[in-house]
Amino acid sequence: MIKFLLGHYAYWFILALLVIGLYGLIIKRNLVKKVIGLSIFQVAIILFFIASSTKWGATVPVLTDHQEVIQSAAYINPLPHTLMLTAIVVGVATSGVAFALIILIYRRYRTLNENELLERLKEDEPE
Amino acid sequence: MKEAENNPIVSLIASIVSPFIMLFGLYVIFHGHYSPGGGFQGGTLMAASIILIRLAHSGQTGQLQFPATLNTPLGSLGVLIYYGTGLAALWWGGQFLNYAYLPLAQAISWRRSWGILMVEIGVGLAVMAILVSIFDDLLEDNSYD
Amino acid sequence: MRVVNYILLGVFFLLLIYASTSLFYRGDLEALVNREKSPANSPNAAAYYIRHAYHDTHSPNMVTAILADYRGYDTLGEETVILTAGLICFLLLRRERKKKKKSSPEKKQ
Repeated sequence: MIKFLLGHYAYWFILALLVIGLYGLIIKRNLVKKVIGLSIFQVAIILFFIASSTKWGATVPVLTDHQEVIQSAAYINPLPHTLMLTAIVVGVATSGVAFALIILIYRRYRTLNENELLERLKEDEPE
Repeated sequence: MKEAENNPIVSLIASIVSPFIMLFGLYVIFHGHYSPGGGFQGGTLMAASIILIRLAHSGQTGQLQFPATLNTPLGSLGVLIYYGTGLAALWWGGQFLNYAYLPLAQAISWRRSWGILMVEIGVGLAVMAILVSIFDDLLEDNSYD
Repeated sequence: MRVVNYILLGVFFLLLIYASTSLFYRGDLEALVNREKSPANSPNAAAYYIRHAYHDTHSPNMVTAILADYRGYDTLGEETVILTAGLICFLLLRRERKKKKKSSPEKKQ
């Protein structure tokens, strides 16, 4: 039982972070707060991949000296690091696009609240 | 955005610190084979150094180091370096992005090492220019109200 | 409506916790992703990269070797995505300024 808890507690904290991000996306009405929730969600996914690449007793995936025989148990899994490295930079770029869209919405409707935006859209409909 | 006057302390410290951040970014790109680093991280650091200058000096003064007209051409150049490396391997008889066919060194492993370095330079250039470009665009014209 | 959202979030969290109980133990060397061979007796990708990265590319940093060499297509796509995002920001926000120069600040789109 204690082994099970030690093997899984990191996943549960990361899932809590993921649900916090989802809370920001679903409950909050301000568009900027929704984007912040999206970023938290993305960080949770990245942390999940990084946490799953751990090996006990292993070190970072950079060779220290030139060994002839390389033990794969001596280095942690480099593949999730690679994938998440690109995901972080792409996340910055996509949140830039999100903020650009938010700036355009604010210029047109002068509000970022979702309910007010829906009302403005209903007002605009008949024209 | 209101034209704030420059604070001399902030602008001096930013001017002193920014070249070192730029140098560290270049080190991270070119030393990416031997230590944690690479094009994405180094490009982000270089973008940070340029954005620091933009934040400290308002208006046209911040554009002196890296003018905003260079953003999109440099970003496209970085992506073109990446595609060009792949197409060069295609030209010398290999597959797309197969660095073993680049005529840069004798041993195949060293050829692949040089190919990785070229690709990382392209990635770093593109990431730097595009992050600065997004920053410039978001602050472009906030003079509503 | 708000209560339904909170209940939905709680149920989703419990569902995720239930799903996570069948994940492998974190850091376990005997887990399927950390073994040398896959169940079909083919070499595992991560173990292959760790073993061959230095001999193939002369770069001790395996992350760089995978990023730019083994998975070069992936990085190519990611970089194209970044360029596209930058161009989208450019196109969305620069158009406004040119309209403003014609002294019509309230005309939108």
